[in-house]
Amino acid sequence: MARAAVLGRLTWQVGTVAGVRDETPTARTIMLDVPDWPGHQAGQHVDVRLTAEDGYSAQRSYSIASAPGSSVLELTVQRLPDGEVSPYLAEVLAPGDPLEFRGPIGGWFVWNPESTGPVLLVAGGSGVVPLMAMIRTRAMSGNRAPFRLVYSVRAPDTALFAGELANRARADAGLDVTYVYTRSTPPGWPEPAGRINADILTAGQRAQPGLSVFVCGPTGFVEATADLLVDAGQEPRTIKTERFGPTGGQQ
Amino acid sequence: MNAHLDGNVLAGALRELFTVDITTATGQCVSCGTAGAMGEARVYADAPGMVVRCPPVTRVVLRLVRAPGRAWLDMSGLSYLELQLPT
Repeated sequence: MARAAVLGRLTWQVGTVAGVRDETPTARTIMLDVPDWPGHQAGQHVDVRLTAEDGYSAQRSYSIASAPGSSVLELTVQRLPDGEVSPYLAEVLAPGDPLEFRGPIGGWFVWNPESTGPVLLVAGGSGVVPLMAMIRTRAMSGNRAPFRLVYSVRAPDTALFAGELANRARADAGLDVTYVYTRSTPPGWPEPAGRINADILTAGQRAQPGLSVFVCGPTGFVEATADLLVDAGQEPRTIKTERFGPTGGQQ
Repeated sequence: MNAHLDGNVLAGALRELFTVDITTATGQCVSCGTAGAMGEARVYADAPGMVVRCPPVTRVVLRLVRAPGRAWLDMSGLSYLELQLPT
């Protein structure tokens, strides 16, 4: 993946839904067939645009979940109860349907598979999607950089990619996955439900030299996590953040 | 409304106008002189356009409004942008 590839101006294009996969009762992955996909970097997103018959259109950003290297692009979409775009994507869209999008977009919140330094990924809810792309890209590129994912979810059944993460935590050498349950825990979980804290983020260790951090989630989660990390001695410039909200951000 | 997003969400809208990625660019705030990655700027996207603010002083550094066939871009809050280009 050339980091500084020459970019053109971005234009809208149409992909075809090749398939859909339920991830949780309220989230699913859309597999989008995009001929001539130029590839992407782990952490990038696409903008999706829906247009009604009367010409009204709405657009949102969605993180790419898949690793580069395929012409099928995977977007994992969490349905928001009052969402304008996500209910259509997470419930109505069916294989064979066209979907208007543009991308890949964004070069800031990306992990470069040629880097070898340790990485801490911190996800709040569906903020795990771009971090999953990094985990998948690491595995696909044979990279052995130490990766630790701290994944905060409300309850066990809201966790995205739970099966794949469990398999990867066993099979991908150097990958560690830690869950934080904020409302309800699995039976027998050693800790009561609660918010993420400094001990969980640092695993009880002092600031690790060379550690890169990626934090993605709702704005409040990202701010709180970044503050905890800085208080624990992590250099602010080593922390990259991506916030999402109901209007324009990644969802 | 203080549920701001961040500069990552600007990337698509500005790539529609320019051929560079704005999120990896360094921008300097006219008001306080702080220079930082545009990807880490605060973005308020629930206005009719996108309003970008400098994190330390929350002064507006960039505004973008899009309409059919037109775009308005106000960058008067930035003294410079340093852009990453292919070598």
